[in-house]
Amino acid sequence: MDKFGYTISKERQIDYDSNNRGVASYIFEKEPSFRLCIECGGCSATCTTASFTDFSLRELNILIKRGENDQVRQNLKKCMLCGKCTLVCPRGVNTRNIVVLAIKAFQKSDNYEI
Amino acid sequence: MKFDPFIIPFNIGLYFILIYVVTRSVIWFRDLSKPDKLRLQRGFFGIAFGLSLKEIFMESLIHRKILKTNFRLGYMHMSLAFGWFLLILFGTIEADIFSAKHLNAPYKAIFFRFFNPNHGRTSFESAYGFLMDLILAFILSGLFLAVAKRIYSKIVGMKKTTRLKIIDKIALTSLWLIFPSRLLAESFTCGAYGTGSFLTGSLGAWLATFLPAQQMAYPFWWLYSISLGTFFILLPITRYMHIPTELFLIFMRNSGIKTGDQAGTYSEVQTYSCSSCGICLDSCQLNFSAGITNIQSAYLMKAIRNNNDVSEIAHNCLMCGRCDQKCPVGIELSQIRMIQRRGDETENDFRNIYKGYFRSRQTNISEKTNGSSNYNFLQETDHGKADILYFAGCMSHLTPAIKNSMIKILDASEVKYNFIDEQGGVCCGRPLMLAGQDKEARELINFNSQMIWKSGAHTLVTSCPICYKVFKESYYLDVEVLHHTQFIKRLIDDGSVKMNFLHKKVVYHSPCDLGRGSGVYDEPKEVLGYVSRLERSNFEDGNSLCCGGSLANMKISSTDKKKIALDAANELTKNNPDILATACPLCKKTFSSVTATRVADISEIVAEALVGKSIKINNGSHINSIKALANI
Repeated sequence: MDKFGYTISKERQIDYDSNNRGVASYIFEKEPSFRLCIECGGCSATCTTASFTDFSLRELNILIKRGENDQVRQNLKKCMLCGKCTLVCPRGVNTRNIVVLAIKAFQKSDNYEI
Repeated sequence: MKFDPFIIPFNIGLYFILIYVVTRSVIWFRDLSKPDKLRLQRGFFGIAFGLSLKEIFMESLIHRKILKTNFRLGYMHMSLAFGWFLLILFGTIEADIFSAKHLNAPYKAIFFRFFNPNHGRTSFESAYGFLMDLILAFILSGLFLAVAKRIYSKIVGMKKTTRLKIIDKIALTSLWLIFPSRLLAESFTCGAYGTGSFLTGSLGAWLATFLPAQQMAYPFWWLYSISLGTFFILLPITRYMHIPTELFLIFMRNSGIKTGDQAGTYSEVQTYSCSSCGICLDSCQLNFSAGITNIQSAYLMKAIRNNNDVSEIAHNCLMCGRCDQKCPVGIELSQIRMIQRRGDETENDFRNIYKGYFRSRQTNISEKTNGSSNYNFLQETDHGKADILYFAGCMSHLTPAIKNSMIKILDASEVKYNFIDEQGGVCCGRPLMLAGQDKEARELINFNSQMIWKSGAHTLVTSCPICYKVFKESYYLDVEVLHHTQFIKRLIDDGSVKMNFLHKKVVYHSPCDLGRGSGVYDEPKEVLGYVSRLERSNFEDGNSLCCGGSLANMKISSTDKKKIALDAANELTKNNPDILATACPLCKKTFSSVTATRVADISEIVAEALVGKSIKINNGSHINSIKALANI
């Protein structure tokens, strides 16, 4: 049979019931400016780490909010906290604190604290 | 009369505090590292001992530094400390001279008037009594200021005074009661016997006219003794612990002991030496610009002493170092804050009084567990060999004008250099350090160090004070690290670059990490003075303001940052300068968004003033110079 290059696309459903939104709510509580993010991607565009890898703070922010934490967990450690993202953010989101809080939140979720 | 039960509270308090202080000192000494112990021993038999005695007299008693910054506040502290010291000293001498025998127990001196009510009849005795009254009046004048300060802090020229916890208030009340009760007790006794000098004598005589002085005196002697005893017993768990600790601190500092980056005896002694005088509150921009009033160094020290969780307080600070400069005790506040940042969250732990007296030894700092870091994606790149390396830094890449100006200057000077992060480099590591993540920072430092080693350079020039500080302090490199202002200064000095004079009024903002952080005050101003009309601001050198954009503060919101930036910019542009010059990309970026005045880095101003090599000034031919310009 000829292959036309069509495949069944991967499931794109976000299952909020099975996702852990604890990390997101922990960050929301400690750093309210997380809510202001409009996912413009300015942070990713200026990111120091992103010039070496496909690290994207915008993507990680979205994933945390959805509760899809597995991909975030290791990637977040690549951040160098240099702070350029905070400076370019048009909404004044304290991005550095979000990264630090997220790392802390993952530890806490490992210890079943959140 | 030899003994009376009212002296018991005083005696209990006195012997308790003496034993406590000795025990505590022994514990502190035992916890010192071996080299520090040696330093202390060497200091004890060396010049450090003499220096310490002098400093103790000047700072702990006279409070010279506070007097310099704020006379009324200094007077308040001096009258209480120095006055009390004199009262004890002359009281002991008085008891020694006029008593039946020499070397009396301390209570004999403190309650001298009670045991010798008839004292003061001969001329020498009354002259001595006059001196004692004078000292008491001196203390009471300070006490009056202290009480007034609690009610209305502006009386002593302070905008804010420190908030106290309950036990501090009890100790404060007992301290306040000591001297008035002494005054009244002595006055009543003097009134009953018709003795006393200008203060106790006249007050006593007047009180005796309508009160039974003989009966009234006794309760006040009790009150005097009880307030002394209470004060001594509460001293170790209140801020008044600074009285004995500061002596220890001064001696340790003069012996050459440093804070380091780990909590230990010295940082603990410093923590206890804080008297909560509140001078750091008034110097803090978070306080007077952004209205954040619970994170200042005095509160940090207090929270550490009380075993509270300080992680929030420790991270909510710009680390501008203004309080370090102002602290009259000379506590290395920023370093202690950094130590706290390296620790993890802790439980608030002040449920029993016992822990206040005997704080768990060493520290309550638990190590941060961030897991393994993930910087293995960093690939080594080869930049080739060069004598001079230029590292713009992350922030300079956000302010390309600085980067481009530096390239222009470096090209004009014709030095052989290598721009190592032209394509965007790796962070220097200081932002991670400021977040208390030293382990992660070390990985970046190692990566950058290798790159610098391989280049074989002897000079590293950076445009960012944040990078400059970390390159200088935390990289173990065999290269000379220069901030670009220092480098430009050198180029000017050896004539490598020629510049025009720009007829512009410039005011210089000294960046925190460059000025207070690294002690580079003069070079930037000399460069500016060379190319422009540099004007002074009200905030020079050690007193310079922070732009508010500091990476050190993890918690501050963008609105609060803006408030600080706005206040600082308004102060600096008061005299309407043409340019607000700075030497830091981050300061530049922060200020540009809040002021209409042009904000420029020194490199930009220098690049503007630069005389191109091919341009000959005043060579007469207008067309030639235009041609030359076109060739650049």
